[in-house]
Amino acid sequence: MAEELKVGCARPTGGPVGETAPEQTPERDNEKKEVMSMIQVGKKAPDFTAPGYQNGKFINVKLSEYLGKWVLLCFYPGDFTFV
Amino acid sequence: MFVHKMWNDHELSKMVDGGVPFVMLSDAGGRVGKVYGVYDEDAGVETRGRFIIDPDGIIQGYEVLTPPVGRNVNETLRQVQAFQLVRESKGTEATPSGWRPGKMTLKPGPELVGNVWKEWKTEMAFD
Repeated sequence: MAEELKVGCARPTGGPVGETAPEQTPERDNEKKEVMSMIQVGKKAPDFTAPGYQNGKFINVKLSEYLGKWVLLCFYPGDFTFV
Repeated sequence: MFVHKMWNDHELSKMVDGGVPFVMLSDAGGRVGKVYGVYDEDAGVETRGRFIIDPDGIIQGYEVLTPPVGRNVNETLRQVQAFQLVRESKGTEATPSGWRPGKMTLKPGPELVGNVWKEWKTEMAFD
């Protein structure tokens, strides 16, 4: 399901799927902060990819690969903190 | 991601036999957290956001806490069990306040309107 990553020294990153890169012009910065979160119960969870670690392997994960299963998605401030 | 490995191999595996059984993801720069509304740009960290996503990819519930307070895992599992029950019943059953697995459910319908008090007692919310 999830593809294994060939890990080098660069730090891999993920991001939302199917979303265009945000514009970085300074005039738009204030506007951007007012954009409402896309999150709403009863609505689709935004798809994303992210690099991850599981069972001794570095893998790349896409949320939509988990369709058909229940998913608990947890964010936390940093490793070595509690959950 | 590399730090996930260090954390898992050197600390978490001492708490859980065999280490963490699920995938630990990395969100450097908070790009995913921003979309989910849980990234604190000023502090540069993710807050404690938790999302329950059903097999159709629909968000059924979420909870977001600031970093100093930890979550109640039992409550999260209870909510997942409740959503699974509702889904298996195809919406014919609902889990009232205080529901836990094994406790009574409600069958929403015209005859239930105004009659919840006969089936559900206030103390059921608290145990």
